[in-house]
Amino acid sequence: MAANRNRRLIMWLGMAALALVPPVSLALSQPYYVDLFTRILIFSIAALSLDLIISYGGMLSFGHAVYLGVGAYAVGIADAYGIDSGLFQLLVAAAATAAIATFIGLVSLRTSGVHFIMITLAFSQMIYFLSISVNKFGGEDGMTLNQRGQFGSLIPLDNANVLYYFVFAFLALFLWIQSHLVRSRFGMVIRGARTNPRRMAALGFPVFRYQLGAFVISGVMCGVAGALLAEQALFVSPAIMQWSRSGEIMVMVIMGGMGTLFGPILGAVAYLVLEDVLTGLTQYWGFFLGIILVAIILMGRQGIMSLVYGLRWKSSHG
Amino acid sequence: MKAKWLLAAGLLPLFATHASAADKVKIGLITTLSGPEAVMGNPMRDSANLALSMLGGKIGGLPAEIVFGDDQQKPDMGRQQAEKMLKKDKVNFITGMLGSNVLLAVYRQVIGAHTILISANAGPHQLAGKMCSPYFFAMGSQNDEAPEAMGHYLIAHHVDDVYVMAPNYAAGHDMISGFKRTYKGKIAGEVYTTFGQHDYQAEISQIRAAKPKAVFVFYPGGMGIQFVKQYAEFGLKKDIPLYSVYTVDPGTLKAEREAALGNYDASFWGADLDIARSQQYVAAFTKKYHYTPPNYGAVTFDAIFAIDSAVKAVHGDLSNKKGMIAALEKANFPSVRGNFAFNTNHFPIENFYLFTVVKTADGKESLKKRETIFTAHKDAYASECPMTKK
Amino acid sequence: MLLLLVQAFNGLQFGVMLFLMAAGLTLVFGIMNVVNLAHGSLYMVGAYVCAETYVATHSFLLAIPAGLLAALATGVIIEIGIFRALYTRDHLDQVLATFGLTLMFNDLVRIIWGSDAIYATVPKFLAGQVVIIPGAPYPAYRLAIIVVGLAVAALLYLIIARTRYGMIIRAGASNRVMAGALGANIVVLYTVVFALGALLAGLAGLMAGPIFTVASGMGDSILILAFVVIVIGGIGSIRGAFIAALAVGFIDTMGRAYLRPLFGLFLPSTAADNAGPAVASMLIYIVMAAVLFFRPQGLFPPRMR
Repeated sequence: MAANRNRRLIMWLGMAALALVPPVSLALSQPYYVDLFTRILIFSIAALSLDLIISYGGMLSFGHAVYLGVGAYAVGIADAYGIDSGLFQLLVAAAATAAIATFIGLVSLRTSGVHFIMITLAFSQMIYFLSISVNKFGGEDGMTLNQRGQFGSLIPLDNANVLYYFVFAFLALFLWIQSHLVRSRFGMVIRGARTNPRRMAALGFPVFRYQLGAFVISGVMCGVAGALLAEQALFVSPAIMQWSRSGEIMVMVIMGGMGTLFGPILGAVAYLVLEDVLTGLTQYWGFFLGIILVAIILMGRQGIMSLVYGLRWKSSHG
Repeated sequence: MKAKWLLAAGLLPLFATHASAADKVKIGLITTLSGPEAVMGNPMRDSANLALSMLGGKIGGLPAEIVFGDDQQKPDMGRQQAEKMLKKDKVNFITGMLGSNVLLAVYRQVIGAHTILISANAGPHQLAGKMCSPYFFAMGSQNDEAPEAMGHYLIAHHVDDVYVMAPNYAAGHDMISGFKRTYKGKIAGEVYTTFGQHDYQAEISQIRAAKPKAVFVFYPGGMGIQFVKQYAEFGLKKDIPLYSVYTVDPGTLKAEREAALGNYDASFWGADLDIARSQQYVAAFTKKYHYTPPNYGAVTFDAIFAIDSAVKAVHGDLSNKKGMIAALEKANFPSVRGNFAFNTNHFPIENFYLFTVVKTADGKESLKKRETIFTAHKDAYASECPMTKK
Repeated sequence: MLLLLVQAFNGLQFGVMLFLMAAGLTLVFGIMNVVNLAHGSLYMVGAYVCAETYVATHSFLLAIPAGLLAALATGVIIEIGIFRALYTRDHLDQVLATFGLTLMFNDLVRIIWGSDAIYATVPKFLAGQVVIIPGAPYPAYRLAIIVVGLAVAALLYLIIARTRYGMIIRAGASNRVMAGALGANIVVLYTVVFALGALLAGLAGLMAGPIFTVASGMGDSILILAFVVIVIGGIGSIRGAFIAALAVGFIDTMGRAYLRPLFGLFLPSTAADNAGPAVASMLIYIVMAAVLFFRPQGLFPPRMR
């Protein structure tokens, strides 16, 4: 229980610290950090969404970046057809990822374990190659957006600070939803299904439908992250859903600490700040990242969350 | 309150550096410096460093610094680097730009910040036409031009039955449409392969069955190495000559070696051009870095000297962007391409040459100029650029 | 018709190559239940060391054992140093640790050998072409790959079906605990199986060197294809991997050669130009999804777990 209280405290402190990024970077006259952290928040949402299915649901999706891509392309394509309503763009992104996630989930959830990892990877490769070949929407070159989504004069996303808090609001919302979701009946069922799906089925829960539900919710959250990434970058390209990107999101979750709600967000901060610093220092930064990653795993996958409050809890093995 | 004072105290040195930034020229160079495509990015970095050291570390008489950013071949990473350079390093110019996808990703943002952007390689057609901007200059060439040169050459030499191939992505389709703009003969086959594919035996078997007079391809970087090697491996080279663009350069040639012997490649620059400035560059580069520079390096070298000429023209007043743009438009710098000028859309007017791969005295393969195909060639999109009409 | 035969040959060569990668992967997967994303790195190590040795000594006969040995040594080192700690972990840990290894190895080869792609050439005695199908001379080197690949497949079959060690491997694949209880030394068995997989990956890599590019990251794309193969074939089954590898080789080759003309029959030419290669590049993933939809355990799952 103490662990739980500590975790909540870290979450509140962490979110408060993130909320202070724009004023601090203004004070430092370093507006660059607002942009860097906007990106970090977006990847935090992606990591958070992946955490829902891998930590709580035990579904090891190795193609999660595909939802980033679908969400981003939904915005890009809407923009290309002159639809500039931000709300509409986000809704299209959510609907598109919901549809794709439902389809992928329906097929993949028939399998489990390694097969599940591989089939999610296969689907993401499929859509990745599709995005490269569709020349109407830029192909490998990607597509440049005309402008950010419009939310009326109240939320001018062209202002970097407004965009930051806009993304921040989404992160806070998803964090709130997820913290309630995992403690709800729905959350209990998918957690139960991770350790023993047969028992859950015997108890009369339609396990498949619950898992599919979690899979789709996770996909939509990640799709919104993708849409926000498109709004921020005003650019979409297939590189957003390369298979290594799926690996990176997974690394963020693990770096931060699985199943700890705020952990994945800490992981995204750590990973992207590390990347920002290391790429400036060495062209072999993948070498160091690889070693760090192997070390984290060999030391028992204790994410940053466990370091922060000094408590060792064994991550449960699914 | 206390925290605020602490913050303010910490800020003082920051403001100090900011104040001195005005009399220092900062150039941001974004290219691919890690991963397999670093083979093309590294010579860009080396050439920029070479140019700066030849200028005595000064640009337009002011102390200068080049900030390097690695885009890892990812457009969003390139954008992140550009953002960092604009907002954190506060650079005066941005150059580099190996890939069209990275250039397109950073374009709006850099132009929007009214920072002068000079592409040292990529030349996508959008930026030559409708999306052109006073703040953007392309130093290399427009992507379609080399294939246009190749098409022109083949028709002039009565090679009128050609099989064409490219990867299935935007630049691949651009290259083929550029080729068809000048080549009016028969197309024996038109094939687009998966981007990043590494085995071409299925396609090569189809070529053999089609029996064309020649094959024209665009396969940049690693894809080029594989295609060229396999084309020779299947023994097609002796029957059906291979013509290409951006497929054989000093970088890929190191891996293609004998497989590329006798192949033809069209380009606006090669290390053996009989131009004094070019030879001076190649000699200095080879002496310092011990390898032959590819066109990516040569263009970056030019870009740094172009920036130098612009800063000189405004007497070091870096806030005078109009003045610098006007100076750049004059292209008043010594170019490795000899005669070099900018068209109204800020894309080059330059020559295109046919190169062929020969064995040199020391047993290595190298590209040798065969003939000049186009003199003072302009790209096909300038008329769509709003700057042309004024 | 002759062309179709030529393409079938091409498909066979590609399939054999995939099999060499997939065989090691499926053994490690089936017996140790480990997801190994670093299998592509072993392929890369084999290719690099073979190419470098060949450039240095001009002797292919020295380069082959050098490449094999390097892949084998790398395999044994990471098995003892890292994988032993991963056997008891879940798939997530395995995916991440081996993903980390891949990132590390991709940069390590650049640190050692530089960023440039390495020039690897076909040895003189295999440099020419052989005429098997009239009018379509086939590279002798690729023919050698087919021969070597099929020979290795036969050898593997003999080892697994006929020898004592093969029996232990089979026992380990179908029931690990039981094999251990019956007196098989599981620790040694794991190292041997992993080493065998590394050797096969190294062999695939060094044979690929002269026809593909020897460069950082070369193992990544073939790794994903090898995963597709073992998932279609049924994880842990050598026979499944063999059949699936050939099937994937054929399907991919035929798709690239004939989808575009096929689409051209009922689509306008520019649409077919776009759709043909697009579908061709997705084809094997579509096949894999379809197989898993109807048979989640793959086509030839090893009997009983």
